[in-house]
Amino acid sequence: MSAALETPAARPFMAAQGAAVLVILAIACLLVPAYASAWTIEAILLPFLAFSLAGLGLNLLTGYAGQVSLGSAAFMAVGAYAAYNFQLRLDLPLPLTFLFAALTAAAVGVIFGLPSLRLKGFYLAVSTLAAQFFIQWLFNKFGWFSNYSPSGVISAPVLGFAGITFDTRESRYLLALSVVVVITFLVHRFVNGPARINLIAVRDNETAARVIGVPVLRTKLTAFALSSAIIGIAGVLWSFTYLRTIEPEGFNLDRSFQILFIAIIGGLATVRGAFLGAGLIVVFPLLLSRGSAWILDGGLDAGTVQLTQRIILGATIIIFLILEPNGLSAILDRITARTRSLFAKITRGRA
Amino acid sequence: MDWFEFLFAVEVAVGGLLSGVMYALVAIGFVLIYKTSGVLNFAQGAMVLFAALTFVSLVEREVPFALALVVTLVIMGLLGLAIERTVLRPLANRSPMTLFMATLGLAWVIEGGAQLIWGTQVHALDLGISNAPFEIGGIYISNFDLVAAAIALALVIVLTSFFRFTRTGLSFRAVADDTFAAIAIGLRLNRIQAAVWTAAGVVALVAGLLWGARLGVQFSLSLVVLKALPVLVLGGFDSIAGAIVAGLLIGASEKLAEVYIGPFVGGGIEGWFAYVVALAVLLIRPQGLFGHKITERF
Repeated sequence: MSAALETPAARPFMAAQGAAVLVILAIACLLVPAYASAWTIEAILLPFLAFSLAGLGLNLLTGYAGQVSLGSAAFMAVGAYAAYNFQLRLDLPLPLTFLFAALTAAAVGVIFGLPSLRLKGFYLAVSTLAAQFFIQWLFNKFGWFSNYSPSGVISAPVLGFAGITFDTRESRYLLALSVVVVITFLVHRFVNGPARINLIAVRDNETAARVIGVPVLRTKLTAFALSSAIIGIAGVLWSFTYLRTIEPEGFNLDRSFQILFIAIIGGLATVRGAFLGAGLIVVFPLLLSRGSAWILDGGLDAGTVQLTQRIILGATIIIFLILEPNGLSAILDRITARTRSLFAKITRGRA
Repeated sequence: MDWFEFLFAVEVAVGGLLSGVMYALVAIGFVLIYKTSGVLNFAQGAMVLFAALTFVSLVEREVPFALALVVTLVIMGLLGLAIERTVLRPLANRSPMTLFMATLGLAWVIEGGAQLIWGTQVHALDLGISNAPFEIGGIYISNFDLVAAAIALALVIVLTSFFRFTRTGLSFRAVADDTFAAIAIGLRLNRIQAAVWTAAGVVALVAGLLWGARLGVQFSLSLVVLKALPVLVLGGFDSIAGAIVAGLLIGASEKLAEVYIGPFVGGGIEGWFAYVVALAVLLIRPQGLFGHKITERF
């Protein structure tokens, strides 16, 4: 993967970028809860937030540290089941539930990250599938994790903290939003801090990284731990704020691939890439089913739409890899750069 | 352990070995492509599904068996050509990981396409091989599995002699050894890659027919890749012999584990046990049992 570091030309835009982020945040916090329809929140924003966070977590591992994982959904499951059990058995307050769910996912992530110390590339990617299958099997087989629910599907309890219960749609949305904002901020600090160089050195050339004194083992395991923790929290959001049910089937291999696709389409080794990719993955199927209903008058049956989605999404991945390997993030960069120069021309023309 | 228990264990192991051959059959498709283009082709499973689904749908439309086979072969060849043109060529000289991710996308396209064209229902596939088990010295062996193993063996012999004795096979190996040198002496990389993908399509067809006869032809057929991947990792990505040995090893250990360890942990461990075996071996020998020692960067 190339082009990890932001181009120097992007630097002057930093201030503008910060302003844009604040504007988006203001809209998300103030306008959305007041004006967005129930459908927008339930079908778009809640899955979008959970997917973004999962994509962000995987991007840390795959985009920055260069370790491809095909087991992301398993770590979402670990987070979701951990949160459920911490709430059920220890009755922990909400922030601690999130923290402990993240820690559990991180611990599991480190265990399944251990092979990365010996394996690289494809061999590692395949070995992460072990996590996917083992963890899904574990939650399926042992009733303890789902508190012996006869169907295996648990309905997630309503979260609450300090007298606030997150039972309404808007409150669930705001909870998810604040979690995502806090974690995104932390990740942004992390990947732009001193750790960035270590991660990218390990990704680009491990041997060279070792030569110049980068602690390769620690960097890899840290990447696995942080990535799994974030994906774990994404799992909590997915099952507690979006679906409000937890079942092992919801965290299957397809979900793992979806998260990988989010990271690729959005743009590897960027923070905003995860959000752009998640937006596409969530909105795109809705557009497709609505579009087909509109064009074909009555629409295709659900099965056909699903298959078409699969085909188009798969093709989109290939097209992105061929035409724009740096993802939507790079496209956004180009658009902003172009509008900027256009604005500059206009203002210069006036003066 | 008394005699009958021992016989039972042998029976389980033999059954495992035979199903291991079936895993190896899928794994060989991966090895072919990896050897010549350095790509781990995740779409191999989708190709297995596509081949089996095309064949069975033709047979159900009253196309004679042999003709259906030929038509499916041609279609798989065309698919190989199309993949070379639309995916591999534009991605030439990109990192192996990029190509791998492209094959993930490709898998979705082929799976979706196969089902969109031929429908999603389950098809039964009868190859005319009797499934009656027969007995040797107190051990029951599935006739079908034995025939499948024989077919797989024949395929391996054909492929190996192809690589060893034909000009095209030699050029495959030349490309695998050093792509740039191969281009420099005038080998046509595009044509060779198209040929390899076609060969992988043929292997996919054989695997698809045998697996399809066993499981029924349906979406889950594309999931046999997940069974083949640990075999591949264990055997080394670039060794056909490795795929066979690893297939046998994983097939037998998986079945034995299911019978003897399974009951203690609630059963159903077949889904991940192979991965654990593969991982355990890899931690000691990161290049797999037979693979070339590699230093991978991306």
